[in-house]
Amino acid sequence: MSGPSNFQPKSPILQWTERRLPILGLMHSSFVAYPTPRNLNYWWTFGGILSFCLGVQIITGIVLAMHYTPTVAGAFDSVEHIMRDVNFGWLLRYVHANGASMFFIAVYIHIFRGLYYGSYKEPREILWILGVIIFLLMMATAFMGYVLPWGQMSFWGATVITNLFSAIPGVGPKIVELLWGGYSVDQPTLQRFFSLHYLLPFMIAGVVVLHIWALHEVGQNNPAGIDVKSDKDTVPFTPYATAKDNFAMVCFMIFFAWFVFYIPNYLGHADNYIPANPLQTPTHIVPEWYFLPFYAILRAIPSKLGGVLAMFGSIALLAFLPWLDRAKTRSAKYRPLFKQFFWVFVICCIGLGWLGAKPAEGGYVIASRILTAYYFIHFLVILPLLSYYEKPSPLPGSISESVLGNQPLAPAKVKGAR
Amino acid sequence: MNGEQPTRRDFLYIATGAVGAVGAAAAAWPLIHQMNPDASVQALASTEVDLTPVAEGQIITVKWRGKPVFIAHRTKKEIETAQQTPLRDLPDPQPDDVRVKKGKEQWLVLVGVCTHLGCVPLGHQGDYNGFFCPCHGSHYDTSGRIRKGPAPSNLEVPPYEFASDTMVRIG
Repeated sequence: MSGPSNFQPKSPILQWTERRLPILGLMHSSFVAYPTPRNLNYWWTFGGILSFCLGVQIITGIVLAMHYTPTVAGAFDSVEHIMRDVNFGWLLRYVHANGASMFFIAVYIHIFRGLYYGSYKEPREILWILGVIIFLLMMATAFMGYVLPWGQMSFWGATVITNLFSAIPGVGPKIVELLWGGYSVDQPTLQRFFSLHYLLPFMIAGVVVLHIWALHEVGQNNPAGIDVKSDKDTVPFTPYATAKDNFAMVCFMIFFAWFVFYIPNYLGHADNYIPANPLQTPTHIVPEWYFLPFYAILRAIPSKLGGVLAMFGSIALLAFLPWLDRAKTRSAKYRPLFKQFFWVFVICCIGLGWLGAKPAEGGYVIASRILTAYYFIHFLVILPLLSYYEKPSPLPGSISESVLGNQPLAPAKVKGAR
Repeated sequence: MNGEQPTRRDFLYIATGAVGAVGAAAAAWPLIHQMNPDASVQALASTEVDLTPVAEGQIITVKWRGKPVFIAHRTKKEIETAQQTPLRDLPDPQPDDVRVKKGKEQWLVLVGVCTHLGCVPLGHQGDYNGFFCPCHGSHYDTSGRIRKGPAPSNLEVPPYEFASDTMVRIG
C-alpha cells in the first residue's frame, strides 16, 4: 500500500530537502496519494477525529498546566483560579474536561466500528493490538487527569482505584503504598499523577504513529470487508478522504462545542466541586461515564481479586479477539448471525454502563452479573462458535463492484483544473 | 475546466480555506491570551503605607505589585533644589510640581526601578543628592528625574492618593 513515493517537488529548495529527509514524500504518500477504498462510510472518519481530540487535549493540557498548582493545598483553588481569573481559563478548562469525554465517545465508536467490520482480522492483528494499547493508555491518562482538580470524586476515585491493587496476593498492599508514595492518597500521589498525566499523552502519540504505520502497511479495511483488488477499488486519499474527514471533524466539533458552551458540566459529577475531604466519603462514588461499564464488571464479581481480574480481563480480552473470532468473512454486512450478536453485545455494554452508575444493591447487582457473564460469553463462546458454524452471505466480487455495480468506471477527478 | 475562469470548485476551496483560517485564528487567540496577566494579577493591588514613622530626610522602600516603591520625606532644601532646576538641564524635562501632590510636596513617591535596564537605585547618593543606580551609573535628582547617565527617562511616579495626612494608598 505505501511504498517509495513518486513525489517530486518542483522547487529546488524542496528537492534539496527531499533528498536528505524525504518528509514531504512521506506526507504525500501517506495522506495525499494514499489509495483509499472507495466504499468507506462515515464510521471511518473517527480515526481522524481521534487524532484531532489528542491534539486538542495536549494543547489545552499544556496551557492549563501553566496555571495549575499540583499541591493538596492549592490544586482545587488553582482550578477555580483558572475558571475565574485566567484569560479564557473557563474555556480552556471546559474544552479539556469535555474533550476527554469526546475522546472516549470517539474511541468507543472507533472500536465498535472495528468490531462490526472485522477490522481486527488478518492482516490487521497488530494494528488492533496497538489500538488496545492506546485505549489502555487513554484510560490511565483520563483516570489521573480526573484526580488533579482534587475534588471529592477526584480523591475518592483515586483511593478506590489505587486500592484495587491491594487485591494482588502477597505484595498487593506494598504495591499500593508504592503507588501512593505514602499510606493514603495524598500530596505525593497528586504530584506524581500530574507528572504522569503530562507524560502519557505523548506516549499515546507515539503508539498512534505505530498504529497509523501498521494501518498504512496493510491498507484500510472497508465496509464490505473484502480486499482491495485493483486501482478501480480505491481513490486517492486527498481530496476524497481528506474532505470527508474534515467534514466529519467539523460535525464532531459542533457536537463538542454544544457541550463546552451550553452544558459543560453535564458529563461531570457535582460532587467534584466539593474540595477533597479524606475523612468523608461521598454517598455514591462514581467514576466518569466512560469507565462505568468496567466499574459495573468490577463490582459484579463478589470476590475482591476476582472483580479486579474480571475488570482488567474485560479489556485484555480485546487483544485476543483476532484469535477468538477466526471467521474468514470480515464484515458483519455479510455475516447475518454475527450482526445480530453484535447488536446484542452493544446493548450489553450500554447496560453495563448504566448499571455502573447505580448503587451496588439488589436487582442492580443481579443484572450486572448477568451482563458481565454475557460480556465474557460473547468473546469466549459466541464468537468462536460463530466462526465455525456461521454460513456467511455471498461476498461481492470486488469493492468497485459493490459500490458501482458493473458500470464502466469514470477516472477519479483530482482538483479540477490541474 | 480551463485554467482561465475560476471554477466552482476553486471558489469552494478558497471559501473553505478562508473560513478555516478565521477558525484557526479564533482558536489560537485564547491559547495565546491565557498567558497574558490574569485577573488576579491585574486586580489593582493597592498598598497602604503609614507615613508617621518616616522622618524628614528619610527614604523608605515598600513593595507594590512586586516592585520596590521609594517614599521620600523630602527636606525643604531638597524641595527647593528640585523646584528651581531649569527644565533645559533635564534630559527628560518635567517640573517638580507634576511629580508630587499639591500641598504635599514633601512626599516623593517613585517606582524604584531604574528606567535604563531595571536595577534598583540607591537613595541619598549620586551627584544630585537624589538616587544613584550602581549598575550603569545613572544619576537621579531630588525629584527622581534623570540628570546624568544612560537612563532615558525619569523614575516613574505610580498612581497614588493620600487617604489622610499620614496614610498614602499606592495603586
